[in-house]
Amino acid sequence: MTNTVEERAAVELVAPRRVTPPWAIGAVAALVGAFLAGVLVGPVDIGIGDIARSALARVPFLDYETPLSPAEDAIVWELRLPRVALGALVGAMLAVAGASYQGVFRNPLADPYLLGVAAGAGLGATIAISYGPIGADGFLLPLAAFVGATVAVIGAYVVGRSLGGERTTATLILAGVTVAAFLTAMQTFVQQQNADTLDEVYAWLLGGLSTAGWREVGLVAPYVLLSSLLLLLHRRTLDVLAVGDDEARSLGLDVTRLRLVLVGAATLGTAAAVSVSGLIGFVGIVVPHIVRLAVSPSFRVILPLSTALGAAFLVLADVFARTALAPAELPIGVVTAFVGAPFFAVVLRTTRNVP
Amino acid sequence: MSSVAFERVTVEAGGRRIVDGVSFTVEPGAWVSLLGPNGAGKTTLLRVLAGLRRFTGSVRLAGRELAELGRREAARQIALVPQTPVAPPAMSVGDYVLLGRTPHMGVLAREGAGDRAAAGDALVRLELAPLSERTLASLSGGELQRAVIARALAQSAPVLLLDEPTTALDIGHQQQVLELVDELRRADGLTVLAAMHDLTLAAQYGDRIILVDGGRVLAEGDAGDVLTEQRIASLYGATVRVVHGDGAPAVVPVRR
Repeated sequence: MTNTVEERAAVELVAPRRVTPPWAIGAVAALVGAFLAGVLVGPVDIGIGDIARSALARVPFLDYETPLSPAEDAIVWELRLPRVALGALVGAMLAVAGASYQGVFRNPLADPYLLGVAAGAGLGATIAISYGPIGADGFLLPLAAFVGATVAVIGAYVVGRSLGGERTTATLILAGVTVAAFLTAMQTFVQQQNADTLDEVYAWLLGGLSTAGWREVGLVAPYVLLSSLLLLLHRRTLDVLAVGDDEARSLGLDVTRLRLVLVGAATLGTAAAVSVSGLIGFVGIVVPHIVRLAVSPSFRVILPLSTALGAAFLVLADVFARTALAPAELPIGVVTAFVGAPFFAVVLRTTRNVP
Repeated sequence: MSSVAFERVTVEAGGRRIVDGVSFTVEPGAWVSLLGPNGAGKTTLLRVLAGLRRFTGSVRLAGRELAELGRREAARQIALVPQTPVAPPAMSVGDYVLLGRTPHMGVLAREGAGDRAAAGDALVRLELAPLSERTLASLSGGELQRAVIARALAQSAPVLLLDEPTTALDIGHQQQVLELVDELRRADGLTVLAAMHDLTLAAQYGDRIILVDGGRVLAEGDAGDVLTEQRIASLYGATVRVVHGDGAPAVVPVRR
């Protein structure tokens, strides 16, 4: 039968996009490199071999002696490692959430900042720190940040719809900027009204991983893993949404429900990340756009690679933040904005015609 | 093959009836063209069938109420070629055609060999196989229109809706696209409902013409019966001569 020969040829004409092995290896290498830099770089010199041996010493029933002094052991295991882990979680989350927002709203500028998500989370966290029973610590913080972020997204959506119907994404971004400005004003008001918690709020707002411990890692990990897994599972769907609401509907997708699920997951993850790390800008724009430009415009590639590279980027930015002015520390948001803002200008120039 | 039946379909927008009690039937495997001036309601009728517009009345597909089919099931039955498709510029032609398989897959699923074969087959039939790695932005108007039709074909739906499929094309590509659609229809037994602007092309390719104006059906039947000089004059405000040659009637504009 010639039919089967033709069919086989037809099958080979199209293959779903995926992350090709070289890029997958590259992304893993970047992640491992950033991880090593995060653990090795610091004022106290601790060799990689000693760290590996101290890791073996932690495996039960192995009877291995750690070569590290108690102080060195604490530096690696209680300071640097949780900080690297938290940076990776936050960076991965911000990048994958940014990419998802860009896909859902079909807007290359969409990120947690422009949509007011971060401002809402900031307001929620500030209220929690200022009026909350336990201050900045505690499990209340991510929840308060999430409530604030959700209010911001709903606000942006409602304002955007009232401006120009549900189909335009540009109005949504404008609405997001409006909502963000309003929430930031409220946040500043609450912050200034409560002078006793001002320092705490301010340190949090600047963003940083300096307070990172295993507790914080445990606090955000479930949210980040759940949200990013949900978003990654929808990577093909995000490609379908690229043809617009009407055509996606005519292809059988429940666009409204999908948007709710995807925006909800991205917002929950972002709020959790922001609640421990403070406001860290530009990761959600810089990382997905590098992948889009350098590798592929398909979300089947953008989402997984952004997750890995977002983690690597933030860990490296944190290494820079704590070493550039050592012993003083730069807020990590300053580092990401320093790299991100000029890069963003370049992206705008090169992708003018590519929504 | 699937039949399509509209019964007293009404669509309201902003308190105005843009479709007002429209009833018609499209027989299985037929090609019916919707004609009418701008704003007559042609596109709205197609959007009703594509599940993109709320309506009152009844729309049946092969005897089943459209409202009772789920969105996904409806997408397996009806493929839409929109008037101005959204073409993500950096997407490849192959990826774009593969999107047509969406209604046959779970939301979180990955395309199987059957999906890839259907998309590849659509590429071959619309002569897009050599272009499958090109980006949509690099295609000419005619190539892009073929890619959109290939995506609809990959959907494997028995009903094909075309919303002014030739508006952006030159005369050669208009013929090419309509010939291709007609071939596909005959080969696969597709039912075609097309909103058309060009009266002569509609007369040449449709089995039957439905003339709509102000959201109502004005006339329905063979091109020769529906397309009269007086009717076109009153409907479009155009002076034309209808020339009956050896085939379908041709509508020729005449200077006043």
